[in-house]
Amino acid sequence: MKWILSPWEINPDHRNRVGGKAYTLSLMAREGFEIPETVFLTVDAYHEFVKAAGLEERILLELNRKNFKDMRWEEIWDCATRIRNFFLKQPIPKHLDDELTAQVQSRFNGKSVAVRSSAPDEDAAGSSFAGLHESFINVRGTESILKHVRLVWASLWSDAALLYRQEIGLDVEKSAMAVVLQETVTGNRSGVVFSQNPNDETQGIIESVYGLNQGLVDGRVEPDRWILDREKNTVVSHTPVERSHWLIPSEHGVEMVPLPQDLSQRPPLSTEEALRIYGLACRAEALFKIPQDVEWTIRNDTLYLLQSRPITTLSSNQTEDKRAWYLSLHRSFENLKALRKTIEEKLIPEMKQTARDLADKDLTMLSHGELADEIKKRWEINHGWVNVYWEEFIPYAHGIRLFGQYYNDAVQPDDPYEFMNLLAHTQMASLERNRMLEDLAGMVRSDSELFEKLQTGNALVLNPEFEKKVDGFIVKFGDLSCAVTGGSECATDTRPLFKLLVEMAAKPPSLKPRKQMKDAGTLEKKFLGCFEGSKRKEAMDLLDLARSSYRLRDDDNIYLGRIEAQLLTAVMEGKNRIENSGRRVKQRPELDKLKSVIHDLDYDDGKPELAVASDEYGFKVNPRQLVGQPAGPGLSRGNARVIRHHLDLQDFKNAEILVCDSVDPNMTFVIPLAAGVVERRGGMLIHGAIIAREYGLPCVTGIPDATSLIRTGDEITVDGYLGIVTILQKGL
Amino acid sequence: MTHPEDIKKQIRELFNDQKLAVLSTHLSGQPYASLVAFLGKEDLKEIFFVTPRTTRKHANLLADSRVALLINSSMNVAADFHEAVSVTALGNAEEIGGDEKKDVLKRYLAKHPYLEAFANAPTCALIGVKITSYVLVKNFQHVMELSIDQ
Repeated sequence: MKWILSPWEINPDHRNRVGGKAYTLSLMAREGFEIPETVFLTVDAYHEFVKAAGLEERILLELNRKNFKDMRWEEIWDCATRIRNFFLKQPIPKHLDDELTAQVQSRFNGKSVAVRSSAPDEDAAGSSFAGLHESFINVRGTESILKHVRLVWASLWSDAALLYRQEIGLDVEKSAMAVVLQETVTGNRSGVVFSQNPNDETQGIIESVYGLNQGLVDGRVEPDRWILDREKNTVVSHTPVERSHWLIPSEHGVEMVPLPQDLSQRPPLSTEEALRIYGLACRAEALFKIPQDVEWTIRNDTLYLLQSRPITTLSSNQTEDKRAWYLSLHRSFENLKALRKTIEEKLIPEMKQTARDLADKDLTMLSHGELADEIKKRWEINHGWVNVYWEEFIPYAHGIRLFGQYYNDAVQPDDPYEFMNLLAHTQMASLERNRMLEDLAGMVRSDSELFEKLQTGNALVLNPEFEKKVDGFIVKFGDLSCAVTGGSECATDTRPLFKLLVEMAAKPPSLKPRKQMKDAGTLEKKFLGCFEGSKRKEAMDLLDLARSSYRLRDDDNIYLGRIEAQLLTAVMEGKNRIENSGRRVKQRPELDKLKSVIHDLDYDDGKPELAVASDEYGFKVNPRQLVGQPAGPGLSRGNARVIRHHLDLQDFKNAEILVCDSVDPNMTFVIPLAAGVVERRGGMLIHGAIIAREYGLPCVTGIPDATSLIRTGDEITVDGYLGIVTILQKGL
Repeated sequence: MTHPEDIKKQIRELFNDQKLAVLSTHLSGQPYASLVAFLGKEDLKEIFFVTPRTTRKHANLLADSRVALLINSSMNVAADFHEAVSVTALGNAEEIGGDEKKDVLKRYLAKHPYLEAFANAPTCALIGVKITSYVLVKNFQHVMELSIDQ
């Protein structure tokens, strides 16, 4: 069995052993296209590795923890991350390693190479799913090349591939990955050429940048663009850009550096060169009889073809299909840095200001009609910010994922989520709120008279220092009686807050976070110790970005909550007016307007709850053990408190287990009381998981129907190592 | 899966597809496991099997009628961990006689025709286990209970 083949050894029977990308390259080499030194690792090498490492069973178990259709994209990303770690942690078996090492050394001998995926499944699916698997450029040294081969193998199970697993026929037992190893041609100009414009069949397109092609493909460097006339073979237009940076090889990979002044002033290609490159794409199209998307580079005036594939797009015609959007969440470091600037310097201050402006408006002065208009206006403002949340904040959360992958590649930890310890204990707004609560609870704990007063509801006269602190808390975070933080409507009712403080005061103060802080320091050293020179700086920058991304994952909801609170305040005002309107006919039309606005915006009350079923033949279903995703290590046992409505939080008792649809930062004030967290929504990076980690609580996420299968009062265990919740005894 | 019918469907499939169950009994606190050829009643409220009266399991049943039965769809391959479905049935065993025995044996032998001589032997007893609950395991760790008012 041959694990490595050269382009000249390939015949049509090899297509399924080397994948479409490799097969295409071999055809082009035979036809006289200039391609860099290239060899292919066949799928047999993948199978040999997977078999020896026992990965088939592990992948099967990972993919079948629960019904795939019940898995959210975040869970699929988690799944892919764990599989990626399996591949990283397992050594290549010696006999395979020996042969690959010998071949790589003899063929590339210290030269830098690109390690590219070439999946036969993707090819068989009609080539319409390019970009699902990973490729790496400028990899140097046999050990590093073989490590990247493992990463390419692992990318057979990338989140993108898993999302499209039906279409590409991804199958644990049958699917495999071939790999293309190609010498890096360090071109000083690179780009892509489409022999046919996907949007206009009479045209061709060239995009070109200075430096390596990766800069263009990743979206880090904006390209000059040429439109060509397919029939006349002429340049129709050239759109120059502001050229400021280029991506060039560095000691450990690639780096973005400022473009020299003279290059920034002139386009990377002359018209003659553009036509020459277009000719390359037309030759490829003639060979494969279908329009081609060709990556190329120029070194010393020699034009190299790096790869060619049929023109494809990941976007789907079905508007309901969100998968392309999920994949667009993968952002580059540069892109995320720009996003951070926008979010921290523009969007967050704007959100805070919007909430303040809305809070300043005295709703009681408005007529019923004006109030109806105000509700509509607030709904639109809130809706606008919800859109910003999806378009800007959610993609920014990918900073955590980008860092996680970077950390795992460098450190190769046993736990693929070890990196989260480096991000925890940042200054999140919800933690600040919880610290203030702990402070207040401390006062109640040490003052038995105060405790008694709050417990019996006799809270009219309280000591001034405590009252001042309570007022300070309410100004900042509301009094917790409202569904979202900062609701002024709820400021008149401090009972929920006092109830919570009594509950917190009845237990000893929490001392959890300190030990983990120390661990974070050790981990940071371990992580940064993996890098030297400019790479170390990049690692530090990425860690800083990830911490900001992690912090914002929580804070954005708090700030969004403040705006939503102002909308709800207006809705509450409207509802109160409708309730208290009596039979006064005079204002009826305006009240009707108010009613219809509240109805149209879907703020009418009440939705029926799901219940566990029984039938007429005497059968009754009870859940015993539910499987989700392990999201916070630890084991705890206690009574469940199921949160269906915000008001349910008021009854939260010490050492109960929080069970909810999705934890949002506006409800995490009960976390210091909780013994564990169970959430329907799945993923390691969702709020429930993040806040549970902050407090060292066992957490299981991604249990479908958690809030209907578990009931308040059920005695349950939360196994945060295995992602299992067991219902020991049903509550009354 | 929150409706009894979903779980009942899975159990019926196991009843139809599987021939053998593991029977758990005990004597004086010592557990004992044995394989039995079983028949599940269509309404899922009872499971039947045949056993010689001289066996250890029969002696155990006489001493304590509480039993557990395990039926599963494993194929002894790696995929079993996520594909196989298992059900544990808990209930009380008693010997069946008279007209009911004739009726049940007819159905039992329709499922296990090769056991005709065995099942009709005078030294064998037909045992019916009245089920109080089923515990269904899927996807390696997902467990639901179906309790029955007999």
